[in-house]
This record gives sequence, C-alpha cells and structure tokens, in this order.
Amino acid sequence: MTGARTLYRKVWDAHAVADLGGGEWLLYIDRHLIYEVTSPQAFEGLRAAGRSVRRPDLSFAVADHNVPTEFRAGGLAAIRDQDSRLQVAALEANAREFAIPYAALAGPHHGIVHVTAPELGLTLPGLTIVCGDSHTSTHGAFGALAFGIGTSEVEHVLATQTLVQKPSRTMFVDIRGALGRGVSSKDVALALIGQIGTSGGTGHVIEFAGEAVAAMDMAARMTLCNMAIEAGARAGMIAPDETTFRWLKGRPGVPDGEDFMIECARWAELRSDPGAVYDTMVTLDAAAIEPMVTWGTSPEAVTTIHGIVPDPAQEPDTARRAQMERMLAYMDIEPGRPLAGLPIDAAFIGSCTNSRIEDLRAAAAVARTGTVANGVRALVVPGSAAVKRQAEEEGLDAIFRAAGFEWRDAGCSMCLGLNPDRLRPGERCASTSNRNFEGRQGPGGRTHLMSPAMVAAAAVAGCLTDVRTIS
Amino acid sequence: MQPFLTLTGIAAPLPIANVDTDMILPARFLKTISRTGLGEGLLHALRFAPGGGENPDFILNRDPWRGASILVALDNFGCGSSREHAPWALLDYGIRCIVAPDFADIFFGNCLKNGILPVKLEGCKAQQLMDIVSRPEDAEITIDLERRLVLTRYGQIAFRIDAAHRERLMTGADEIGLSLRHADAIADHERRNMANAATVHRIAAALGA
Repeated sequence: MTGARTLYRKVWDAHAVADLGGGEWLLYIDRHLIYEVTSPQAFEGLRAAGRSVRRPDLSFAVADHNVPTEFRAGGLAAIRDQDSRLQVAALEANAREFAIPYAALAGPHHGIVHVTAPELGLTLPGLTIVCGDSHTSTHGAFGALAFGIGTSEVEHVLATQTLVQKPSRTMFVDIRGALGRGVSSKDVALALIGQIGTSGGTGHVIEFAGEAVAAMDMAARMTLCNMAIEAGARAGMIAPDETTFRWLKGRPGVPDGEDFMIECARWAELRSDPGAVYDTMVTLDAAAIEPMVTWGTSPEAVTTIHGIVPDPAQEPDTARRAQMERMLAYMDIEPGRPLAGLPIDAAFIGSCTNSRIEDLRAAAAVARTGTVANGVRALVVPGSAAVKRQAEEEGLDAIFRAAGFEWRDAGCSMCLGLNPDRLRPGERCASTSNRNFEGRQGPGGRTHLMSPAMVAAAAVAGCLTDVRTIS
Repeated sequence: MQPFLTLTGIAAPLPIANVDTDMILPARFLKTISRTGLGEGLLHALRFAPGGGENPDFILNRDPWRGASILVALDNFGCGSSREHAPWALLDYGIRCIVAPDFADIFFGNCLKNGILPVKLEGCKAQQLMDIVSRPEDAEITIDLERRLVLTRYGQIAFRIDAAHRERLMTGADEIGLSLRHADAIADHERRNMANAATVHRIAAALGA
C-alpha cells in the first residue's frame, strides 16, 4: 500500500494477516479484553469444539457490568444476585482454566474494563484492541484501532487471535478552536451526535483532530472516542502525541527506559499523512459548543442546556414524528418546555464514559459549592480501584460525601440495569453515562445524558441547570 | 449454525426507528451463561405491560404476526450495545430474517454469525414492504437468499448482499475453522511482531497471576 494513508489505514495495514478474498481480511488482534457478560458462551463454544485460547498472554479479564458497587471487600460472595454471581464466577473459572490474566474483584487493579486496561498500559498506540462491548472504541484515544465485537467474535479471537474484517470507511472530525469554560469533551461528543445522528458514523471509523482535541487530556479523549459508537461509528481514533506519551510513561505494560524512547519515536509516526483522503469530513466549531443535555431516548435527541423540548408537530417526516412522540411520552416531557429547570430524582457520575479522575475532579469542583438537593439520590462511582484511591488521596471523596453524594466502589453501576444500581420506574436521572435508551438505567427509568460537571450541577440544583451559572 | 436458504413465514412490521439492543433484549436478561432461552425477553417492554401481562396491541401479540419469523423495521436497527444476546433472543423467538433500510454495524455482524439474514432495503422499498405485511392477509412472504429476492403476493423485491456474507449464511460455515486454516500466516505475523507482546508479562505480574 503506497500513497498518503490515514491513521486508521496504517494500523489496519500493520495487522492485515491474510487476504480472504471478496474484500475480507484476517486482522490480527493485539489485545483482547474480556468481561463476564459476553464471554461465557464463547468459552463454552471453545470447549465444545475442543479448541484452546491461542494467546492468553494478550488477553485480559475483569468483571464490571454485574458487580455491586458496595461491600467490595467481600468479593464474589458479596454479590447477592445469584445470576450475577454465577456470571462472575464463570469468568474467574474461565480465566483460571485458560491462564488469562484476571483482575480480581477485590484487588487493586479492578475496574471498568475500559478504565482499568489503559491504566495498566494494556492500551498502546498502534495496537488492535477488541472486547465484547461496544464502548471498546474508548481505547482509540491512544491511536489504537479498538472496537466492540459480539460473542461469536470473542470466541473467534480466543481461538485464532484474529477477526474476519473488511476495511471501514473513514470520517474525519475536525474540532476547530478552543472549548469554552464549563464545556467538556462529553459536550463535544453530544454536539457531534446531534449534528450527524446516531447512524451518521455507521460503517465508519472516526478520526478526531483539531485544536480542541490537541488540547484535551487523555481522559477527555477517551470520553470522546467512547461516544463514537453512539454516533454509529465502530471506532474513534486520535493520533498519539506528547500528551499520550506522558500519560503512558511508567505504566506496567508500557516499555520503559530506552525502549520507551524508541516506542515513542515509532508511535509519533502514527498520524494521517498529509493529503490522506477520508470518505466523510465533518467540522465542528469548538467555541460554539455549549453544555449539552439529551431530552429523548436516543443520544441524537440532544440540545443545549438553554434549548427547549422540540415539538413533533413541527416534524414533517412521519416516521421521525412518530419517534419523537414516542420519546416524549416515555420521557414524560412536553414540547416547548425548557430543559433547564427540569426536576430530577437521581444523579449518576460514573461509567466507562466519565468515571476517570479528571471527571471526578470536574464534578467535585461543582459539588463543593453546595449540597445535593432534597429528594435527589446522587451516586459517584469511580471507574476503577485506582481512580478511587487517587480520588481519596485528593480528598474528593470527602467533598462528595459532605455534599450528600454516595461514594461507591468501581463498576459499570447505573449505566445499565445489570447490577443493584438502577433507576426505579418513572425516575428521572441526570447521568454521565452514554445511552439514554428506554429502560437502559432500569425499566421505566428516564435518562438525560450530560457531562460530569453538569450532572453535579443538576444534583445540587435538583434540576437540569447550566453549570456555568454555578461555578 | 443453521444454513439459510429460503424462508417463508409471517413478517411483522415494527415501525420504530433506532430500535436499540436494549429494546431488543433488556440488560436484566443478559445474566445468563447460555445462548438459549432468551426469546422470553425479546422486545420485552413492547410485548408486555408493566404489570407483566401481554400488551394486546403490540404486533407480535396479534394474529397472524404472533408467529412471525421475519421483522420489517426502520432505520438504524440494532444500534447500541454489542450484546449478541439480541440476535440469540430473536432466534430463540423464531425470527430468522430482519428487513430494514439500515442496520448498526455490530448487530449486523452478529446476525450473520447466527444464521439470521439482515436484508437491507432502500427506505421506500422497506416502507412498501411494511405496508404490505401490515395487512393480515398479506403478512406471509418469502425470502429467497439464493436469488436475493423478497417475494410478496404483489411481486418481488430484489435486494443486494455481500457475496461472502451470502455464502456463509447459505453454507452455515464454521468461520473459526476457516480462519484456523491460516494458522501459518498468523504465526508469521506473530514472529514479525514480537515487540507487541514484550511487556504483557509485566501486567500479569502486576495482577499477581
């Protein structure tokens, strides 16, 4: 392959193992992240076919979706839900049987897989990384090609360390200028999805670039790439730079000493060549982006905190109108109503999207200005045991607790209804998670997606509010 | 995987855009270590009233669509989570084919792995088909994968499908077995890229493994 190549194409080319014909290739996988929900059937399939795990050393397992975020020291035995306990026990047993490194539930490296894997240095520029979870796109923040797969593909990677893939189309998202005060990469992601829609990125790998991206820390970049899947894109990628290298240095899986310098020089080549061609180009003006909140049950149903709930009657397309009506009925809000001032019952700060130390600092900066409003249940759930330790060293836990937030152990928590943290029917939640689908946070629960600072502001105000008026 | 050749069955219209995998199978049904028995949770919030009884208005609770083996849907079907439990639930319920203008990538791939045929039809053709199958007397249609045709009693609609996808569906191939034939090329790649794995042992050590 010659000529100007995109970052995506460079990583693809370095991993294309065999041409299968018809445009399909066998793509080598450098890291396989495994958790309890989407893997048991894959291990079962492996056993049934008498196959083994080709590269357990390139695999990593951790339980995150099912785990309660309280009583962590109790380990497996503290999981009261029998089905959840069985899934986590199956993961432990499979990891042991196939000699896959496993981050124990009560151990120091436990966490949400997309938080803890980068912390360990499993995620490196230029690698291919997969996991049976759509938010695997997170790892693209380091210039890796990372995407979610189904359980059949988990089994395929376990057995072959490869996947059958066709090259994706590419989308370049140029975020020009600087973000305003109180505006985060979560707002950028929601603004992008509002612009291109939840299927705007279907069939594409997105490369994020521009001044605003260059200025983002790694946590902000991970948030942005994490949400690429909500725009329909399989993966998001950001070319590695000094920010990336500084973040990686010293982590267990990262080469050190002279090797680190050699790797950094190699990683610095991982950027799109001048003149590289993309299938789709999108531009965002960073300075024009405001704090965003969703009003419906799709991440594309989004507006700024000063927006109003749209009126389905104004929508000419019948299918879209029906969808809007359905969303408003589920969310129990009327057309024309301002989003600001909408009362909430719950606030959730956490998930693989927004549970890193930088996210918690941003939320704590708002939390310290007041206390959680009466009647609001507010949860802060660090993304990993390491984030939790760091936050406690910085005294963030004390700030949250003093303000009336619950301070929990790491896990996916209230992002999805798979563990005890969930909304009750009809409850309205300001959430830093990634999906506002019907029932996502618990049957009948109503989700408004926003940034960590915005959720903290909503918790304190008791309603959706512009964080910029608080801090 | 059961090969897919031709399917004649009832097609149920599902006129909702962005049907996500949480809607197809809510998270609480994912707590299983098996691939089977998930049909009960399929489209649970639509099929059942909050109290637990059947929602009599929902299409899959009405005759003749109760026995549907085909769904006709709108844009961006299967978006969201990568859970393969969604196609497993469809399969367990008896759905072998979904027709929509557009599918989310991961869900599309997951269908192919499970012998479910995802048929992409342009918006107006999909709408036309939805109108047809919404009439009880016209709900039975045939999907002919070999000829790439949707057959209704008013005529046939041609669809396009990737040749490799079609072949795998028709043969019900063991993809892992096929990929393992390239074991030499995989091993060559690993030898050339030893640096990739140079430091992973430290992670295992950090984990105390």
